[in-house]
Amino acid sequence: MTSRPYNFAYLDEQTKRMIRRAILKAVAIPGYQVPFASREMPMPYGWGTGGVQLTAALIGPEDVLKVIDQGADDTTNAVSIRAFFAKTADVATTTETEAATIIQTRHRVPETPLNEGQILVYQVPIPEPLRFLEPRETETRTMHALGEYGVMHVKLYEDIARHGHIATTYAYPARVAGRYVMDPSPIPKFDNPKLDDCPALQVFGAGREKRIYAIPPYTKVVSLDFEDHPFERTKFDSACVFCGATDSFLDEVVTDDSGGRMFVCSDTDYCEKRQSKQATVAVEEKDAAE
Amino acid sequence: MTPRPSDLLVVEALDKAFILHLHGGKRLPVVTNVSFSVARGECVVLGGPSGVGKSSILKIVFGNYRSECGSIRLADGERFLDIARASAREIVDARRRLMGYVSQFLRVIPRVSTFDIVAAAARDAGLEASAAKDRASSLLTRLNLPERLWSLPPATFSGGEQQRVNIARGFAGEHRLLILDEPTASLDATNREAVVELIAERRAGGVGFLAIFHDDDVRARVADRVLDVSKFSEREGA
Amino acid sequence: MSAPLLVAEGLFKRYGSIAACRDISFELDEGEALAIVGESGSGKTTLLHLLGGLLAPDSGAVFYRGRDGASRNLFEMSEAERRALMRADWGFVHQDAARGLRMNVSAGGNIGERLMALGDRHYGRIRGAASQWLERVEIPLARLDDSPQTYSGGMRQRLQIARNLVTAPRLVFMDEPTGGLDVSVQARLLDLIRGLIAEMGLAVVLVTHDLGVARLLSNRILVMKQGEVVESGLTDRVLDDPQAPYTQLLVSSVLAA
Repeated sequence: MTSRPYNFAYLDEQTKRMIRRAILKAVAIPGYQVPFASREMPMPYGWGTGGVQLTAALIGPEDVLKVIDQGADDTTNAVSIRAFFAKTADVATTTETEAATIIQTRHRVPETPLNEGQILVYQVPIPEPLRFLEPRETETRTMHALGEYGVMHVKLYEDIARHGHIATTYAYPARVAGRYVMDPSPIPKFDNPKLDDCPALQVFGAGREKRIYAIPPYTKVVSLDFEDHPFERTKFDSACVFCGATDSFLDEVVTDDSGGRMFVCSDTDYCEKRQSKQATVAVEEKDAAE
Repeated sequence: MTPRPSDLLVVEALDKAFILHLHGGKRLPVVTNVSFSVARGECVVLGGPSGVGKSSILKIVFGNYRSECGSIRLADGERFLDIARASAREIVDARRRLMGYVSQFLRVIPRVSTFDIVAAAARDAGLEASAAKDRASSLLTRLNLPERLWSLPPATFSGGEQQRVNIARGFAGEHRLLILDEPTASLDATNREAVVELIAERRAGGVGFLAIFHDDDVRARVADRVLDVSKFSEREGA
Repeated sequence: MSAPLLVAEGLFKRYGSIAACRDISFELDEGEALAIVGESGSGKTTLLHLLGGLLAPDSGAVFYRGRDGASRNLFEMSEAERRALMRADWGFVHQDAARGLRMNVSAGGNIGERLMALGDRHYGRIRGAASQWLERVEIPLARLDDSPQTYSGGMRQRLQIARNLVTAPRLVFMDEPTGGLDVSVQARLLDLIRGLIAEMGLAVVLVTHDLGVARLLSNRILVMKQGEVVESGLTDRVLDDPQAPYTQLLVSSVLAA
């Protein structure tokens, strides 16, 4: 069986240009959802086609790609997408945040701070933050155009009325550059502060909904709240059992059938780095002691 | 004719006819060339047989019926407002401050209590909430309406009780001219007396009255002048 | 006397060959309540939507005098301005309360929405204002966090009124506000509306087919027939001494209970 070679990164060049034009518009209007002609991809909607198209349009032969899913490099989706790009673009891949030039992520922001020159590509299911209260697309577009965001606070009001506090814990809406309100994709609200004043370029792609939006580097991103119920980062009661981190987002892992559980860092690279540093320090201390 | 400073109301050359479009445009004349005046503190009673147009004249003065021609000048401080030519806004304002009307029959929204009906009328006239309540209590008491009725809507009251609520409402404001259409028709002697006293008090304060009284006795006691409306009538007495 | 609040000038609206509104002009002052009555097909609802800026006329204009004193043509404003006006200065009470409410949001959220839309960011204060208004429209405070799905028709209508009045609008449009409600519920609601109009000095444009409601709530009335105003004036005068043939027909057709 002959295999026809793919164009670099799967998409044809004209499509990439179309997507790059959309990205440029998105960067020019931070937080604004730019419609784009989302292509048929070799994975179904809901599996990251938006993010994959963004990466495909941005990636070059010299890039180093990292792909994470819920913070982990080794889950099915991360592995598949990484393999996809390895096959169609033959680019170097990595699990180390600092070594990557492009990081495609599903539902988490890496713990390691990003730097200028890096691009974070988010996979977005529903780009429209107003959708839950306003089903009409015509109306939501008008609301964004006119900056009519009162209804976003209605949602937060409802949370407080029902639960006593703002119960939204992921996909927490934020205002970009003081203008557009966006849904940062289903990242935990723990990650929201990382969006603000980030040195890297952040781009968001929704394949099924056909929208691209972006936060340029060093842009102000403010999570919505009330004066008397200010935005609070999630705090964990425990530390990671592997590396002892108290400042990273923890996954809860059920260990047995009798309710045993442990908390571990969601960001596998971050956790492993910490563990190896601790191991190195332990060895050095042992050497010094001898 | 120029109104005198003591005049409260000057009516001149009013004509009224109904055109019944549903009956082929038949013209039903009511009154013609009606002229009279009411001075401050004066009580002018309209007399004449039933059906001669007395009620209609009251309604024209109040702005409830339209007059084909003529003028209805109502004193407003130093100036006069011609009700026949006034805009809706001016008439609404005049009814709030200057002239009140007690109709023959009580017409109110169901389910509103007697007390609230009277207090609301006082508030509309400009009294603030607690003063309005005081006035409502005072009037209802004077008209011998027992307190146990105050929280009830008047729809189930007797004719006489309803009429007393009507009177209380009419007297709840600060109007300078009060128009009364048979206010004592359903009342017994005690309550007729209460109404006579109320009228006397207001007159002493300069309020003018234009009224129709069914009762000869009451008429004799309150009227300064009785105007026989038959002379304005184009109708036969019924 | 200050300038009128709302001025309609030569409004025309056609649907194909049917003229829903023909050359309608009138003025409305601050604090004045105007009823527009007529039978089905008279054009009264179309007129209400034109006045409220929800529908554009084929010709004619509607001028609104803003809080700054300047009169502007509604249809020469940008959509942003018009929407801002509707949020801050106006209210619109629909016949079907579900159209004027967010049915999946609590009563408190419904009432507070306008405040949040105008920039209020203090939960406690918003909730306080919503509570006050709930009491003012005589809905038990315990229902503040319930969704209007659980409310009766009369309660929904009262909630809709609260939602509209929380920002103290200057002008409120009402489309058959008691239509479809049980008679016993109507009476109380009418009294509430009447009281609020008087207390807040609201200007009101009210569309109704019910002459009793018009008499109760309005001081002026427009009688419409087939897109035209056949008679207008003081409400009690037009209803007690109707001049136009159609008005006489309308008035004589009302059944007394």
